[in-house]
Amino acid sequence: MKEVNLQIVSQERIARDVYKMILSGDTTAVTAPGQFVNVRLDGLYLRRPISVCDWQPEELTLIYKVVGKGTAQMASLPDGTVLSVLTGLGNGYDLTKSGERPLLLGGGVGVPPLYLAAKLLRAAGKTVTAVLGFNTADDVFYQDEFRALGVRTIITTADGSCGTRGFVTDALADAGDYSYVYTCGPEPMLKAVYNAVETSGQFSFEERMGCGFGACMGCTCKTKYGSKRICTDGPVLEKEEIVW
Amino acid sequence: MVNTKVTLCGIGLDNPVIPASGTFGYGAEFAALYDIDCLGTFSFKGTTREPRFGNPTPRIAECPDGMLNSVGLQNPGVEAVIAEILPQMEAYFHKPVMANVSGFSVTEYAETCAMLDAEKQIGWLEVNVSCPNVHGGGMSFGTDPKAAAEVTRAVKAVTTKPVIMKLSPNVTSITEIAKACEDAGADGLSLINTIQGMRIDLRRKKPVLANTFGGLSGPAILPVALRMVYQVYEAVSIPIVGMGGVSTTQDVVEMMLAGATAVQIGAVNLVNPFAGRDIVNDLPEVMEKYGIKNLSDCIGGAH
Repeated sequence: MKEVNLQIVSQERIARDVYKMILSGDTTAVTAPGQFVNVRLDGLYLRRPISVCDWQPEELTLIYKVVGKGTAQMASLPDGTVLSVLTGLGNGYDLTKSGERPLLLGGGVGVPPLYLAAKLLRAAGKTVTAVLGFNTADDVFYQDEFRALGVRTIITTADGSCGTRGFVTDALADAGDYSYVYTCGPEPMLKAVYNAVETSGQFSFEERMGCGFGACMGCTCKTKYGSKRICTDGPVLEKEEIVW
Repeated sequence: MVNTKVTLCGIGLDNPVIPASGTFGYGAEFAALYDIDCLGTFSFKGTTREPRFGNPTPRIAECPDGMLNSVGLQNPGVEAVIAEILPQMEAYFHKPVMANVSGFSVTEYAETCAMLDAEKQIGWLEVNVSCPNVHGGGMSFGTDPKAAAEVTRAVKAVTTKPVIMKLSPNVTSITEIAKACEDAGADGLSLINTIQGMRIDLRRKKPVLANTFGGLSGPAILPVALRMVYQVYEAVSIPIVGMGGVSTTQDVVEMMLAGATAVQIGAVNLVNPFAGRDIVNDLPEVMEKYGIKNLSDCIGGAH
């Protein structure tokens, strides 16, 4: 973990209430897809945890949905704003377990961390399929970006206004054979994925956090191997250790 | 040159800055970020006789200038602390540490303290009779002077280490509890623990915290903490460890002027992981600005 000052290079709205923020600065603490950063905002006491969508030297991409005061404030920040950010938080996905045909399942703002995973898996020569689920066509983002990586990309919407009607699990039959699963999304979706997939996999969870780096015990969950902190022992848990 | 040293219950501290229990784990997360030997000491995570998972999540909520927590004393239990954590701590912290202890019965407090009494690294026992987040224990001992005194006596009987009773602000008269602990033999007092509060989620129309209520900490509670430290200072003659919303070096000095011998910093560690180091580093500059040569001269200076 590092505490760094990052500057907003650009921000754009990419779907309903969903924003893409590009930041510049020291990103060396980020080591794996699925990690997150914790952003300090004026007038708010606790930092806001946001997953990393993409990373390269001196540049960080965050995609977030406006759901409350903190994210609304983020969306209003002008380019050039400098933010205090704790970077490189959480364990992230272990891509060495992917096998040759990994399947990525993302729901809503659970999609962003899978983008960096897809990019690195493609760079490692894997055949990658992604199923990205949203509520409605207005919410869909990043399908072109996933396709540009050479990822077979299936979109689902709950109302059928774009792609397959239903949830990500309704498109599993179309996804073909897969060797391993990486997933991120709301807990009901993760549970449905857990019950539907046939291989092992890694699941990324969300929880309200105090610190984001393991000190406050605010985000603890039960696993088969004892208590784990979502912020430091997670947010990615192995399928085999999850307790619902 | 300014002198930042203070003495807390007979043990010298290089400076009065002490990360508070529950905001610093057992120190390892912070030792990975900076040399925590720069601190006066730290108070480790509230430890109980048996391991505890704590409360269901969400356990954390944002508040104006602060936060609520309802962690509920999650900890690995005193046996694991002694067998696993303290031996590791030797590698990253080289000063006497403050052991924070909680319990659900007088016997349990005494048993846990007796086990920790044998540990060389432990300087002080900070006995928490004020956790607002557990039922049937914690705060119920700290809201009744007789019960607080009973815990104090039971703990004093099993240890030679200084016993600091950590008090709740969720009472009508904190001075009454403070005096009861002093009369029962407490060597010092810590105050304040968090102030009980709640938040409600407008979308779900339900409490944000799974436990409904939680403890408020952060800058929002500093004035309440100062007032209570000031009052308790006038009521007792044992040293006070002041805490509650302390976030800057200036706040540390203010808390000492109210009557604190040493000062704990809590919630700020969670939003600025380097707060302990920064507050210590700023001491000489702040002391010079306010014409303070010996920090210990500040204790109770506002009275």
